[in-house]
Amino acid sequence: MNNPILKMENISKTFPGVKALDGVHLNVYEGRVMALLGENGAGKSTLMKILSGVYERSEGDVSYMGQPVNFKNVKDSQDVGIAIIHQELNLVDELSIAENIFLGREPKKRLGAIDRKKMVADAKDLLESLNIEEDPNKSMKKLSIGRKQMVEIAKALSLDAKLIIMDEPTDALTDKETESLFTVIRTLIDQGKSIVYISHRLKEIFEICDDVTILRDGRFVAEKQVFDIDENTLIEMMVGRKLEEQYPYMMDNQGELLLEVEGLGNDHVHDIDFKLYAGEIVGVSGLMGAGRTELAKTLYGTYPIKRGVMKLVGNRILPKSEAAVIKAGLTYVSEDRKKDGLVLSMSVKENISLSAMNRITRHHVIRKNEELGLIRDFIRQLSIKTPTEAQKVKNLSGGNQQKVSIAKSLMTRPKVLVLDEPTRGVDVGAKKEIYDLMNQFKKGGMGIIMISSEIPELLGMCDRILVMHEGTIQGELTRTEATQENIMRYAVGLEGGKS
Amino acid sequence: MKQEYKENLRRFQSVFGLLFFIIVISLLSDRFLTGSNIFNVLRQTSVNAIIAAGMTFVILTGGIDLSVGSTFAFSGAIGAYLIGSGQPFMVAVVGALTIGLLIGMANGFIIAHWHLQPFIVTLATMTIFRGATLVFTDGKPIGTGFEGSAALFAKIGGGYTFGIPNPILIMIVLFGLAYYILKHMSMGRYIYATGGNQEATKLSGVSIKKVKVFAYGISGLFAAISGMIITSRLSSAQPTAGTGYELDAIAAVVLGGTSLAGGVGSILGTVIGALIIGILNNALNLLDVSSYYQQLAKGLVILIAVLLDRKEK
Ligand SMILES: Nc1ncnc2c1ncn2[C@@H]1O[C@H](COP(=O)(O)OP(=O)(O)OP(=O)(O)O)[C@@H](O)[C@H]1O
Ligand SMILES: [Mg+2]
Repeated sequence: MNNPILKMENISKTFPGVKALDGVHLNVYEGRVMALLGENGAGKSTLMKILSGVYERSEGDVSYMGQPVNFKNVKDSQDVGIAIIHQELNLVDELSIAENIFLGREPKKRLGAIDRKKMVADAKDLLESLNIEEDPNKSMKKLSIGRKQMVEIAKALSLDAKLIIMDEPTDALTDKETESLFTVIRTLIDQGKSIVYISHRLKEIFEICDDVTILRDGRFVAEKQVFDIDENTLIEMMVGRKLEEQYPYMMDNQGELLLEVEGLGNDHVHDIDFKLYAGEIVGVSGLMGAGRTELAKTLYGTYPIKRGVMKLVGNRILPKSEAAVIKAGLTYVSEDRKKDGLVLSMSVKENISLSAMNRITRHHVIRKNEELGLIRDFIRQLSIKTPTEAQKVKNLSGGNQQKVSIAKSLMTRPKVLVLDEPTRGVDVGAKKEIYDLMNQFKKGGMGIIMISSEIPELLGMCDRILVMHEGTIQGELTRTEATQENIMRYAVGLEGGKS
Repeated sequence: MKQEYKENLRRFQSVFGLLFFIIVISLLSDRFLTGSNIFNVLRQTSVNAIIAAGMTFVILTGGIDLSVGSTFAFSGAIGAYLIGSGQPFMVAVVGALTIGLLIGMANGFIIAHWHLQPFIVTLATMTIFRGATLVFTDGKPIGTGFEGSAALFAKIGGGYTFGIPNPILIMIVLFGLAYYILKHMSMGRYIYATGGNQEATKLSGVSIKKVKVFAYGISGLFAAISGMIITSRLSSAQPTAGTGYELDAIAAVVLGGTSLAGGVGSILGTVIGALIIGILNNALNLLDVSSYYQQLAKGLVILIAVLLDRKEK
């Protein structure tokens, strides 16, 4: 193999109270995709932020195309041809797609005015190369989170960089969008460019990556070539131990009827009928835009119900606010933790308590010891990686933020738990932990609705699967009936539906 | 751990800044660190500090309250009128404070219910209640008189308890209350959360409307309390009283390190911010600086303080 175009050696980085990286190495080779793997909080994003000049390293050397470099800010790294797609989206909701892509680098006319025509045309070309049919003039806030991710990718591509860092780019993408991204990656590689690819989806590593570097707890574990290694070894190197069965499905007796909806409808969903019993996990599948999150938010009281009936634990309820629904025993973990789930400027403790202050207050006064006890239990139970419960959530790694989000909803002691993409951005080990937790809740008599774009996860964990299409439930499959194929047939509307 | 240590350090920085400031002024003027002047400074500071304490709630939610100066004047006028027309002390005070509270709550309700910009809404109510004050007073001061309950009323701003001027005690009690609410009560959490991420807070089952009605309500109430102090001290309410007070209050909050974007800050910071402004005013007076230069100096100090406190990356 040829010499690496990027060599990072002995990189260390210390944050207040956290040694995020400790003597890490990373090599990236010309015309190849280097996967960077590790559990949540292993230090992947931090390493990439050091490379792109967002953070300064505490120790270590970086050389790029044979030259020692030390980027002070993102512009420095961009100037030599390094682009980064951050894990957390950095887009301006108020601007259009095209404006976001060219933010700060708008094409100018002779007199300095922005050349809107050129900007929109260039944006259109970029979107087309990614196979996205969106009007570049469309406002960012109208896009789904997956589409926003694609815009972020388009933005990085527009820099025409030699080395592109992708930090969990497929986290929020549909299978189709992922496929388009891979096509683009292959084209870039053919052009001799290099890529660092971070993902928790191991399948993707084998599909698109050539090399892999593994980190654990901020330390370097190994660098390998992908053809040299299999999935189990990979997991073992990441987690430091063997993982048994990935989907620990657990059979349980159906308990009492917890949730019953009939003919539910509003502007977002229509004619929704289903039942949820204690002790079962019901999956919700469907393509992006099928109305899965909208269904969850309707149940949760965010979108008012216009038609139909919803009964929770035997009582008919007409959700008027999230608070009323939480009180009635249903809670929702959002798919978009940064926007809808967490208050990033607050601590782990304050976030977990937020939905259930009544549990830790008397006459509106917080009982701090009681709170601390509960929060520490959650941190332990979900193995949230944080130096203390007082750490600001914005300083946690993505996967650990997700766990805080889940802990927050558990704090309300729900009977019905609606999880929207609960394992998004979560590492293999933690995924397993979340599944185990779901089983534990199931055994404790909770009913769980799990929305997921990962069909294997639904097939692996659910007792039944509802498949949505155009705002309604197109079909329902039992665990034994469900397969990847028939779920897809319902999802695209080829089968099922109401006559 | 270390992070907290660092945050504490920053807080100490502003305390050290304040101390340094005090030492310099006491070197420049030997009248500064005398017992009577200290009480003087604190009493003068209390008016702005109390308004700033209320303002802290609003700014923490990510909002702003421009109407406090008008609320201050309007409730002062109501209080003076009630006392002057021979109403009992409690009726006058409770009446005037309720007016302040209601104005604030109305601000919060309008902002939350119709999703409007706090700046615009409170700009409107600021103008409305300045107008209402002028209409109510007919543009002339309203005296409280010196009969009946007026003597007791005069004690709010002019009296002493345990040898300490009442306004200072009121200020201490209100800051204690504000601290307690923000640190120890669920509403305090909700206020920080709303300023940090309103959407996520709403989706956590928190009523944003309640939070805003509360925060603006406190702001209105505290402005009215401040209005009582001044009306009591002067034994009359001036129709133009409190003009521009919203800016001093906002300055104190921001000097205290609270972010205008909401979600980050503390009431202790506001104490320091208000003290810095109060001491500066006092010092410029002691040093016989003309009032034109006072404005200039005050603006510069605010700018410098905010620059010094700029968050390092
Ligand atoms: N700005 C910060 N301040 C303090 N600690 C931080 C900061 N950024 C990251 N950390 C900590 O450094 C560690 C590594 O975080 P990093 O985000 O690099 O993890 P990651 O490997 O990208 O994880 P994930 O897969 O969950 O995204 C974590 O323990 C995290 O809490
Ligand atoms: Mg990361």
